[in-house]
Amino acid sequence: MATMVQAMRLALHVGEERFGVTDVLGQDVGPPLGGIFTQTQGIKTAWNTPLDERGIVGTAIGLAMAGQRPVAEIQFCDYAFNSIDLLKLAGGMCWSSAGDWNCPMVLMMPVGSGIRGSIYHSHSFDAQATRIPGWKVVMPSNPLDAYGLMLAAIADPNPVMYLAPKALLRVRGTAAQRIPGEPEDQQALSKMIDAPLGDRSAWVPRWPDTSSLVLPIGQARVAREGTDVTVVSYGRMAHIALQAAERAANEGVDAEVIDLRTLIPYDWEAIQESIRKTRRVLFLNEDTEVTNFGEHLLRRAVEELFYELEAPPRVLAGAHVPGIGLADALERASVPQVDEVALSLRELARHVP
Amino acid sequence: MLTRNCTLSPSLLLKLYDQMLLARCLEERLIQMHKQGDGFFWVGGPGEEALNASLGLLVHKGRGPEYDYLHLHYRSTATLLAMGADPVDALRQMKNTASDPYSRGRNFCNHYSKRAWNVLPVSSTIGVQFAMAPGTALANKRAGAASKGITIVQGGDAGTAEGDFSTCLIWSSLPGRELPCLMIVTNNQWGISTPAAHMHAERIASRADAFGIRNAVVDGNDVEVCYTALSHAMDYVRSTRRPFLLEANVSRLYGHTSASGANRVTDEVDCLELLEERIATLGLLTRDRMRQQRADCTHQLRESAKLVCEEAQPSGEDIYRDVFATRDLVHEQ
Repeated sequence: MATMVQAMRLALHVGEERFGVTDVLGQDVGPPLGGIFTQTQGIKTAWNTPLDERGIVGTAIGLAMAGQRPVAEIQFCDYAFNSIDLLKLAGGMCWSSAGDWNCPMVLMMPVGSGIRGSIYHSHSFDAQATRIPGWKVVMPSNPLDAYGLMLAAIADPNPVMYLAPKALLRVRGTAAQRIPGEPEDQQALSKMIDAPLGDRSAWVPRWPDTSSLVLPIGQARVAREGTDVTVVSYGRMAHIALQAAERAANEGVDAEVIDLRTLIPYDWEAIQESIRKTRRVLFLNEDTEVTNFGEHLLRRAVEELFYELEAPPRVLAGAHVPGIGLADALERASVPQVDEVALSLRELARHVP
Repeated sequence: MLTRNCTLSPSLLLKLYDQMLLARCLEERLIQMHKQGDGFFWVGGPGEEALNASLGLLVHKGRGPEYDYLHLHYRSTATLLAMGADPVDALRQMKNTASDPYSRGRNFCNHYSKRAWNVLPVSSTIGVQFAMAPGTALANKRAGAASKGITIVQGGDAGTAEGDFSTCLIWSSLPGRELPCLMIVTNNQWGISTPAAHMHAERIASRADAFGIRNAVVDGNDVEVCYTALSHAMDYVRSTRRPFLLEANVSRLYGHTSASGANRVTDEVDCLELLEERIATLGLLTRDRMRQQRADCTHQLRESAKLVCEEAQPSGEDIYRDVFATRDLVHEQ
C-alpha cells in the first residue's frame, strides 16, 4: 500500500506522462532532494526555484496562462501568506477578464498540525483558501484520494489548491484505498519509487503502471456510515473524527463521518443528506475557529435545515491563537483532540430538544 | 543615457504621431467622461505615449508562446491602441458597459486583457505583473530557437520597491536558465503624491547590473529615442533569449488618477508637443494640419462616447459568470 506521499508522487508522474504536466516547481522539489517530504522524488519535470513564494506562485500563473501545465509547491502553507494577493489574482483571472482567460495551475501545500511543527510549520490554510474565490480547493485524507484528486486538480481548467495534511503524508491507506496498478507489496513499491539515501545522482525510479484515475472534484465520501450524529470533516481531522466515532460507538452512539475531500466547490448534497438522516451535526476542522470554513457550513445548515435539526449544530476547530505552540500540551490544547470530538458526538446525540 | 540622434523615417514618424495623438485624445475623452459622470474613476498614461506607442508598434503580436506576452499596467493605453485595439472599447470600459470586451463592466478603465494578443489582464495591484512574467518568458523560451516570442513586462518607478520587481530580476537571470524577458520601467518620478527622490537612492536600471542583466536609461519623451531603444532592446532579447531592463523617463501629464483631480500639469515635458515640433521642423505636416487632426480625433471620440453611454450595463446576475472556467482556453490553439 502506498503512503499518501508516494501516492502524490505516483500521480505527479502520471501527470507529466499522460496529463501534460510541464513543471513541478518549488523550493527543493527538484534533484537531489525531491521534496522535503519526498513527494517529488524522480519527477522529471521537477525543478528547484529560488526561495521566493511570490515568485513560485507568480511564475506558475505565467506558465499556466502561456499554455504550460504547472504544479507549484509552497513548502509549508505557513509560507503562503505573503502570496495571498497573487492567489487572489490567479483566482480572478477568468472572472476579471470576463471569461477571456483561464489559469490552469495546481498549488500544493502541506498543511496542518500533528508533527509538532511549532509556530511556523503547523498552520492550516483551509479558512484562507476557501476565502479566495475562483480557486477550487481539495484536501485528501488517504492515498487513493491523494492520487485521484491530484490528477483531477491537474486536469481542471481552473487554479486548484491541493492541501496535503502533513501529518498524514506517511500514513498508508486501507486495502480499499489501493491505487489501481500499484504493487501489492509495499516493499516492492518502495524499491521502485523511493530514492536511496546518500548519493542518488545515478538513481532512476521504476514507475508502476498506475491508472489514470481522476476523482471528481466536489464529491464528498462517507468515511463511516452512522445514524445518530453527523461529523463533517476533511484532511487529518477526518481521521480524528473516525477515531472519535469508534469511541462514541462504545457508548452506543453511531456517528456518520463525511470526509468532504473538496472544500470548494463543496458537496452540499452529501452534507444535507447526512444531516437529514441524523438530524445532528458537528463540523470539525483544525483551522482557527473565528471566520472558519466550518462556520460557513454551520450557517447554511442552520438557514436551510433548521427545522430538521434536533440539536444545536456545532463547530469544533482550532483555538484562535497566533500559532501552534511546540510543547505537547500546547499543541493538544490548540487543535481538536479525539476525546473532545467524542464528547461532542455524545452530547449532540443525547441532546433532547 | 541613450539620446539623439536616432532618426526615424518620415512615414514611421507620422505613424507614431497618429498613434500618440489617438492615445492622447482617448485619455482626454476618458477624463472628460469621468468628470461628466460617465465613469467612476480614471487612470491612464498621458505623458507615456512616446514609449508606449513605440512598444505597441514593435510587439510581435499573436497568441501563444511563439508571440510576445504583455504584462502591462494601467498606463498602457497607447500600447494597446498601437497594437490595433479599438478606442471605443476603452470608452466602454470607462462607462462599465456589458459590451466592455476587457472585463464586461467589472474593472476600471485602461485595465486591458486580450488573450488573442497575449495581453494578460492588467491588475490595479502594483508590481504583480513582474512576478508572473518569468512564467510566460519560460514558455517563450520553450517555444524553440526559431521562435521569436518574448515577454514584455512594464511598470512604474514606485512599483520597483515591491518585491515582485526583484523576483523578476532574479528569476529571469538564473545562471544558465536566463529568460527572454524585457522589463520596462516607466519612471515618471512619482508614486501618487510622493516624489521618487524621497524614496529611491538607487538608479533603478542599475539594479539589473547586480544580476548581469543588460540595461539602459532613455528619454521617454523623445519618441525617436524610445522607438530606437525599444527596438534595440527587443532585438537583443529576441536573439539572445536573455533579459533586458529598460528605464524610460516619462511625464505624468494629468496627475496620478482622477482621485488627484486629473488636471493638466504644465511643468512637465509633453512628448506629443515635442513630436509636433519635430514634424513641423521637418516639414512633414503643417501646424494647421496637426491642429485639424487633433480636432477631428477629439470630435470622433466625443461622438463615440455618446453612443457608448447608451449601451447596456451588466445586470446584477452577471456577477456569477466566469467565476470558474468551463473550458481550458489557454490550451486550445
